Amino acid sequence: MTDHAVELPVDGAPRAWVRRPHGYWGGVSRRLSRDPTTLVCALILTTVVLAALLAPYLDLADPYRTSVIYRLKPPGTPGHLLGTDELGRDLLARLIYGGRLSLLMGFVPVLIATLVGAVLGILAGYFGGLVNAAIMRTMDVFYAFPSILLAVAISGVLGGGVMNGLFSLTLIFIPSIARVSESITMGVRTQDFVDAARVTGAYPHQILLSHILKNVIGQILVFSSSLISISIVVAAGLSFLGLGVAPPQAEWGLMLSTLRPTIYVAPLNAILPGIMIFITSMCFNLMSDGLRNAMDVKG
Amino acid sequence: MTGGSMLTTMPDQATQAALMRDPRDIGGPRQPMLIAENLTKHFTFDGDRLGARVVVRAVDGVSFMVCKGETLGIVGESGCGKSTTARLLVGLIKPDTGALVFDGEEVGSVRGISIRRMQRSVQMVFQDSYASLNPRLTLADTVAFGPRVSGHSRRAARARAEAVLALVGLAPKLYAARYPHELSGGQRQRVNIARALAMEPRLLILDEAVSALDKSIEAQVLNLLQELKARLHLTYVFISHDLSVVRFISDRVMVMYLGKTVEVGPVEDIYDNPRHPYTRALLSSRPSMNPRQRRTEPPLSGDPPSPIDPPSGCRFRTRCVLAEPVCATVAPPLTAQGSAHFAACHAATPGSGHSAAAA
Amino acid sequence: MLLFVLKRLVYVLPIALGVSLICFALIYLAPGDPASALIPDNTPPAVAAQIRQAYGLDKPLPVQYLRWLGRVLTGDFGLSLSTRRPVISEVIPAMGNTFKLAGGAILLACICGIAFGTRAAYRSGRAADRLIGAAAIAGISVPQYWLGMVLVVLFSVNLGILPATGMGDIKSESLLAELRHLILPTIALTVVPAGLIARSVRSTVGEILGQEFVQTLHANGLPPSRVFLHIMKNAAPPALAVIGLEFARLLGGSILVETVFSWPGTGFLLNSAIFTRDLTVVQGTVLALAMFFVLTNVLVDVLQMLLDPRFKRARAASGAWQ
Repeated sequence: MTDHAVELPVDGAPRAWVRRPHGYWGGVSRRLSRDPTTLVCALILTTVVLAALLAPYLDLADPYRTSVIYRLKPPGTPGHLLGTDELGRDLLARLIYGGRLSLLMGFVPVLIATLVGAVLGILAGYFGGLVNAAIMRTMDVFYAFPSILLAVAISGVLGGGVMNGLFSLTLIFIPSIARVSESITMGVRTQDFVDAARVTGAYPHQILLSHILKNVIGQILVFSSSLISISIVVAAGLSFLGLGVAPPQAEWGLMLSTLRPTIYVAPLNAILPGIMIFITSMCFNLMSDGLRNAMDVKG
Repeated sequence: MTGGSMLTTMPDQATQAALMRDPRDIGGPRQPMLIAENLTKHFTFDGDRLGARVVVRAVDGVSFMVCKGETLGIVGESGCGKSTTARLLVGLIKPDTGALVFDGEEVGSVRGISIRRMQRSVQMVFQDSYASLNPRLTLADTVAFGPRVSGHSRRAARARAEAVLALVGLAPKLYAARYPHELSGGQRQRVNIARALAMEPRLLILDEAVSALDKSIEAQVLNLLQELKARLHLTYVFISHDLSVVRFISDRVMVMYLGKTVEVGPVEDIYDNPRHPYTRALLSSRPSMNPRQRRTEPPLSGDPPSPIDPPSGCRFRTRCVLAEPVCATVAPPLTAQGSAHFAACHAATPGSGHSAAAA
Repeated sequence: MLLFVLKRLVYVLPIALGVSLICFALIYLAPGDPASALIPDNTPPAVAAQIRQAYGLDKPLPVQYLRWLGRVLTGDFGLSLSTRRPVISEVIPAMGNTFKLAGGAILLACICGIAFGTRAAYRSGRAADRLIGAAAIAGISVPQYWLGMVLVVLFSVNLGILPATGMGDIKSESLLAELRHLILPTIALTVVPAGLIARSVRSTVGEILGQEFVQTLHANGLPPSRVFLHIMKNAAPPALAVIGLEFARLLGGSILVETVFSWPGTGFLLNSAIFTRDLTVVQGTVLALAMFFVLTNVLVDVLQMLLDPRFKRARAASGAWQ
């Protein structure tokens, strides 16, 4: 029998065709950085987030200082770039400070829900059978409620407030994340390389960590990121109803609610907080779309 | 029936010598590497109507042996159960009934060895597909996974991975850090082989290992497999639907139809003197290389029946030219046709009641 | 087919039970003793115990649940804690009002969503597609309560042509008057589902257009209008799923818009019940809406099966936010 092992060019041979290996995420970030929409949104969001984070260090008016004289001043009034609210507080300051709570109530529920929901979904998808049935049927029950309804009901019954709001928001996102995770995991699990890993006698946790996780986490994160915009809107909605942040704290939804009665007198001031919610939500949606597109291409 | 009566061919000198030196060898050269006894696997699905269930009888009482140092080829069409058999052999699926005996020890029983233990010595090479390698892991990581979970340190596993990549012809310096999407089909298949070899198996199950490759690449990989087998003293079970490939690489061949074994024997016996009508039809369905001897009629008529509701008695009878009433009532047993050659056909079984059989 | 419906209903039963369990538990989530809502302060303990017994609050939880379930199944949702009237008599008219709002919104959303989504799919990659895509994303990002306020500013405050709140004078029973009140809240509610439907339709139709059978139909000489019909037939099942889901979601999620416009629907009812701590009304409203959601899902499944017998319910595959 002749020796037919294929000889490959080793050191010394032409290396024109050998390039530096690049991973999956390298390609994704490359494509993302070329998309103008994503870049603009990233810019806007970075500005908003930075402003919120650095609020105490910026040269802003005191967001809590009321003034009877300067109530409902329109934007452009000297000293108050965006005007004042119904209690005379500077709107620009309140919008920026408000961003802290609004963004917090947007991010944190999605973060926690992703951790919990992804674990539940991946376990359900990998093990199947009884584990799957137990987890997914429980998710189904929660999924059977319209989400805003559940959030309002739970938050309302618990008595409102930021913590209760965070809790109910987290609760409503877990089922959909679990579902998506389960579905993606089941798709990955049927692939041959998972069987190959099982043939090595590996234990489930080894397979889950080394093989499954990397293949599912990307898509799960994309889905989660698409929930951030919803979370911001719903969280602000809870505050709008009086179930989230309480006065005199600054938060976009709460501001919309308190400014609402002044709509006949100072309409522009009243709709400003909503513009912030809208812009932030839209930027997150656009970026999530961009991320999904960047990840769609193989390799 | 099978087991002891299908007596083994003794492995050749070189293999015997290697077996003597292999500390893992327990049974000795005459002990078959693997005995499959009456393996059965049925899959049930929910039907359309309430309460209806559909049973797919993928593997239905299959028995065979694999001798040390040989290559057993398994051929059959789609739906015959060969892929399920492959997964049964390697422990991915548990059989409903039946047993596996590896080197004399029963797998999965209290007295014998566990499936995990068996998996240290039995590995599988999968068909090349985009799904056969984890797209998010480098080749080195993929190949090193097996040694890692077997208890080796990260460094040792990595070293082993690189060594075995070199063994299949992929220079580690160039390939270790690459990803599957950067490789051609033939190279991916080499990685599949490397991954299996990284576990230092004694028996390799190859499930359609070359079926997805272009012909020229297929030849390279087959030669690689032959060379590895000799160098590492491996035993192969080679599953394929491609008759010429099986002929090239096998020592013995087993033909499956609809979840059952219909014929088994040494490769040249099977190809030159097939005793089962299905085998004959399969072999004659290969297009003729001679333009003067063209085929005018298809040797096999009809579609293969589905394994959901196989015909009674002999499962091939609905497409068989020799079918007779006895074929519908009695399932033919595997009977000897010569030394080590068996076929399950009434026409080839003396005393079966078939008109063509000897009395 | 009947068997399919029965199968779906049987499957949904445990979920419905789970939903009822959560609704039952809502009252117990509230801080404090559920009885405290019923029993005024300063009641002597003996009387308080009697009241508890009368309401069955002294029994173990599972027993309470079963008794509650039994009552609910006969339509007895209990009494409102604030008005002492049967909860169901408040929930049903509210649901009717919400239906008017949600029904109009979903109709409008369907028309816009399907029209724009299809157009975007046909003009894939071109300016119209991008524009419609951007509009759709804007639609789904907008906070509906804020949009409601903006509409009020535009049409009520500045232009003064449409009313800002309420459902109209009870005395003036003209349908036209009610319609005038309906317009702004309906528009506010339409935007999000319209965007979602447009995106879903665009992706479905786009996928179908790319399939080979469409080219085959053209090549066979079928006029474009007939091809269009074929495409619509294929696009219907997934589109229907989204539409059904959105309609059900609107019923539950209209709470914010109803608050802005003081529209007396279930959302408004829920809101006021929360603030008056009228827990039985909260419970009853949530139960009614959730059950309706569950039933709508079953209906959508059945409709899809009718339209496409090959259809298998791809549950989370679309990952669509409900």
